Amino acid sequence: MDDQLINIFNSIIFNATPLVIAGLGETITERAGVVNLSLDGSILLSAMFGFVAAGVSGSLLVGFIAAMIVGGLIALLIAVAGIELRQDQVAIGFVLTLLCADLAQFLGQDYTGGSSVSLPEVHVPILSDIPVIGAIFFDHPVIVYISYMLIIAIWFWMFHTRPGLAHRAVGERPQAAFARGTDVNRLRYVYTIVGGALVGLAGAAYTLSVKPGWTNPPSMRGDGWIALAIVIFGGWHPFRVVFGAYLFAALRAVASTIQRDSSIDIPLVLLNGLPWLLMIFTLLLVSTGALERLLNIMPRALQRSARNLLRSDPPAALGTRFDPD
Amino acid sequence: MNIDLRHIHKRFGAVKANEDISLSLKNGRIVGVLGENGAGKSTLMKILAGYQQPDTGQIVVDGHEVVFHSPLEAIAHGVGMLQQDPLDVGSFTVAENFTYGLPGGVTLSRRAAAAQLRQITARFGFDLDPNLPVSDLSIGQRQQAEIVRLLALGVKTLILDEPTTGISAEQKTLLFDALKSLAQTDGMSVLLVSHKLEDVIALCDEVVVLRAGRVVGAAEMPMSAEALVELMFGQGLTTRAHEPIPLGSSVVAVDNLHIRAKRVSVRDFSLHMRAGEVVGLAGLDGSGQELILRACAGLIKPSGGSVSIGGRDMTGKSYRDYIAAGIAFGAAGRTEEGLIAGLTLTEHIALTSTHGALIDWGGAAALTATQLEQYNVRGVPTSPIENLSGGNQQRLLMALMPQNAVLMALEQPTRGLDVDSARWIWTQLLARRAQGTAILFTSPDLDELVTYSDRIVVCFAGRHCEVPTWGGITLDSLGHLIGGQF
Amino acid sequence: MTKVFVRFGLGIAPILISLAITALIIILVGAEPGAVFQSVLEGAFRSTNAVGGVINFWIPLVLVCMGLIVTFTAGLWNIGAEGQMVMGAIAASFIARSLGESLPNAVLIPLEIVAAMLGGGAWAALAGFLKVRLGINEIFGGVALNALANLFTVHLIAGPWQPPEGGSAQSTAPFADAALYPRLSPEYPFSLTALIIAVVVIVLIVLALRGTRWGLQLKATGKNAKSALLLGVPTTQSVMSAFIVCGVLAGIAGSYRVLLTYGSLRPFASGGIGFLALLVVLVASTRAVWAAAIAFVFAVILGGSTRLRVALQLDQSLAGVLQGLLVLCVLLADGLRQRLGLGEERADG
Repeated sequence: MDDQLINIFNSIIFNATPLVIAGLGETITERAGVVNLSLDGSILLSAMFGFVAAGVSGSLLVGFIAAMIVGGLIALLIAVAGIELRQDQVAIGFVLTLLCADLAQFLGQDYTGGSSVSLPEVHVPILSDIPVIGAIFFDHPVIVYISYMLIIAIWFWMFHTRPGLAHRAVGERPQAAFARGTDVNRLRYVYTIVGGALVGLAGAAYTLSVKPGWTNPPSMRGDGWIALAIVIFGGWHPFRVVFGAYLFAALRAVASTIQRDSSIDIPLVLLNGLPWLLMIFTLLLVSTGALERLLNIMPRALQRSARNLLRSDPPAALGTRFDPD
Repeated sequence: MNIDLRHIHKRFGAVKANEDISLSLKNGRIVGVLGENGAGKSTLMKILAGYQQPDTGQIVVDGHEVVFHSPLEAIAHGVGMLQQDPLDVGSFTVAENFTYGLPGGVTLSRRAAAAQLRQITARFGFDLDPNLPVSDLSIGQRQQAEIVRLLALGVKTLILDEPTTGISAEQKTLLFDALKSLAQTDGMSVLLVSHKLEDVIALCDEVVVLRAGRVVGAAEMPMSAEALVELMFGQGLTTRAHEPIPLGSSVVAVDNLHIRAKRVSVRDFSLHMRAGEVVGLAGLDGSGQELILRACAGLIKPSGGSVSIGGRDMTGKSYRDYIAAGIAFGAAGRTEEGLIAGLTLTEHIALTSTHGALIDWGGAAALTATQLEQYNVRGVPTSPIENLSGGNQQRLLMALMPQNAVLMALEQPTRGLDVDSARWIWTQLLARRAQGTAILFTSPDLDELVTYSDRIVVCFAGRHCEVPTWGGITLDSLGHLIGGQF
Repeated sequence: MTKVFVRFGLGIAPILISLAITALIIILVGAEPGAVFQSVLEGAFRSTNAVGGVINFWIPLVLVCMGLIVTFTAGLWNIGAEGQMVMGAIAASFIARSLGESLPNAVLIPLEIVAAMLGGGAWAALAGFLKVRLGINEIFGGVALNALANLFTVHLIAGPWQPPEGGSAQSTAPFADAALYPRLSPEYPFSLTALIIAVVVIVLIVLALRGTRWGLQLKATGKNAKSALLLGVPTTQSVMSAFIVCGVLAGIAGSYRVLLTYGSLRPFASGGIGFLALLVVLVASTRAVWAAAIAFVFAVILGGSTRLRVALQLDQSLAGVLQGLLVLCVLLADGLRQRLGLGEERADG
């Protein structure tokens, strides 16, 4: 494989990382039955806070932690409004989307500019020496490795642990979870906040690593909506969500390569619109049942293992309330 | 395990669901709790199983008073309940569903769970594949899975809420055998909640009858059906003879219908109905009868075949065209499909009676008043529909249905209604039938099917066969057909 | 008696709390809350000109609000109103550019309005098509269509509609005067025609939702589409018509932005008014008159905050912060009221 191609793949993995983390965070939240629609705002606000906190303290770690706290707090607000105050989660999420975006712009007005600090690249010993694979996957800032670990950890948690069963049950059939002694609403709080904290982490991943610095308007605006769509495309399964995020980043990379290559004459508007057309297209794959049909034409033996991976139904209790009595 | 319920009171708003109920349950006994819908059976069982708390009264287990704040606490004391709609998680596999809630380490061992599951299922002859998703199981299998799970939790008292609704004769036999074995060899006590006499007669050692929230009788079994009916209603029921009326001309012709759906597909279904004919569609949950009904009403597009209503070819037409051709459809879930929560009674009437662009609210109010009167609906015209009781909702729905439909397609027309309300509904339906309306309906209640149908079509896994009711079909033989033994 | 106090408190508290939080945020960036609030109020009311500016925000805002009330009644989250405004603006700009030099104002304005209605309506119909035929949730379809509409604007300005002096992608060349909404007077720089249209639209929407079969069918579809279909309501048409009516009104609103506020086509011509209208309707639910009143408050905040940059070197996004906080606090207080068992059920249920 030539170096140029390896570089492209390397940058796809790198650029997709915030989407991967945000998508995983939202997957955790929605699997517990709560919709955090505020992603496009909460990513911005946590990105701004993370950037400023890192700049002020001089510590990247402080920046990342600050961003996670901001993301977690926004999620907490959604949980309180949705669970305690029984408000429509979509409505609250939408208000917070706008509010957080404006807040980020207002509070960050004096901090625009490039980054003085950004995550250094780390070569993982041994792994980075594997030909091709090493150069693509193991030649990145540490946030990328954190995303790898999150993928594995979340998948294992959901499908291979006992608490993971409770996690999924709470979003699928809260009455059944309650009957088994699970505290439905408490778990929903926990997973909403954890998911929100990951969304916050994704925000900091932009401003402290992938797109270092803070601009007005922010460069990652709109990515929150894409992350939300990727969760649907991903069928609420961590692996498929991550696959969706990488696919997205890959198509973006193709678009920008074409854009740079002046010999191909495609209107700029089409290229810039590509992520959005792509979002519609990915949702179409789900809504028209194309993925389900794919499952049906697979050999029977494969169907069983692919079932979890290809199902497209949202968690059955998504966005609903649960009252024990 | 011996359980005593003492002076249980429970009210919901103005409704007294349970009033001073006392009941005792002994080791190894199977007790039937009999009563009409709304008699307070389910509330009582939910109190015993920890899903609800009584306002006053005591639960005494083996001589010690206990308070159950949650189902888990009840299970810790050995009391477990099988809900009518089993409390499982559809996207889980049978093994996952089984192991969720059992004690164990943090990581899952699917193999150990499957082994434990198989050990219990083998004893009762239950057929449960641990790797199948729960959503692919039939109601009967889901019940089996739930019983197995409760046994693994160490339950010593098992409560079953209407377990025989929607399961086949074979599954019923299997279930009853398992319960008998548990009672006799394990000393388990069983409470069977039902409104079906035949279940109680087949299974129970004693019976307690509830009516309007109170215990109105208790007796040792065996006992005849007539005596039980007398306990339940205070007097014997006269079974209404089914009077065939002269049928009119052919009004519905369904030929070679093919319907493709996710779970079950219907192949080559044909049905011709004449004016005034009542046809029942029997079958277990998801055997295809709902698909057929909805296809005949124009709500599902069949993949092949033709439908004609009143001589008009309706193939490929929209539901609104079907309405215009004289179809009236009634769905099983009244508030989900049929009535609109958030709209008032008057708005419902206005919605179905307005044909111009503008609404005449005065006229609609007047029409509402007369309709409520005529259909015996007790409710405030300006209050939203969800404030009505189930029976009143069903009567209002009847009022909203067009008066002179060619074909009424009804999904479980008496679901969740008490005996009186159900009878009222059928009186109305038979009156419309006398005017020439053909009626096609589904029901999980074999009694209802046999009582009211001229013919019954039995569906199983998308296949179907037809039986006339005048040939002296018995509930038992119908039960076997429903289980797929054509 | 205490109940009355608590209820009144919960009514007024969200406003006070959101103002307090805003003040805190202002302090955070090192400014003086008193000065900021004063500057916003001055910005809105210091002169007839400023009031005119407020009205110039109110007209498009209230138009979109009325459209969104229709889609809300039908149970739709028409987040795409923003893009529908933009497409209306583009369509109006097309007429203004191509016919602006050759036709009189009295002919141009109706033509431009019709074009804007078609543009906004078509874009909304597309969102409706995506939802009804292809099963794509209107929130995602709307977000994507918003972005595409904005990109299309950028494309036009940088390409085919590039101003003659070339270069920047800031806006097209100014439209001919005949193509613009005439302002009432130099002291009151808003369009009387548009104001009348807005008021007529409010009245029409109130009447249509209360007294027509269409309105009742929309409500039925919104509350429970399955049941509505079974009761004979053409739910697909209901949903499509709601989208289109909203798009048409958003289109007119968009035309106002380019044919009065800017006098040319700019990127993000809607200025976030489509989103803001959604916030208004979240609070007002389907009560049109309430929506008009809340829209006025929001227009005051918008109009007033244009002065922030000049007077205090503060970013205008403060307006959005205050508006967002207001809506958030109202929704939370509403939830609290129901939790405490004090409130009547909200009209939208």
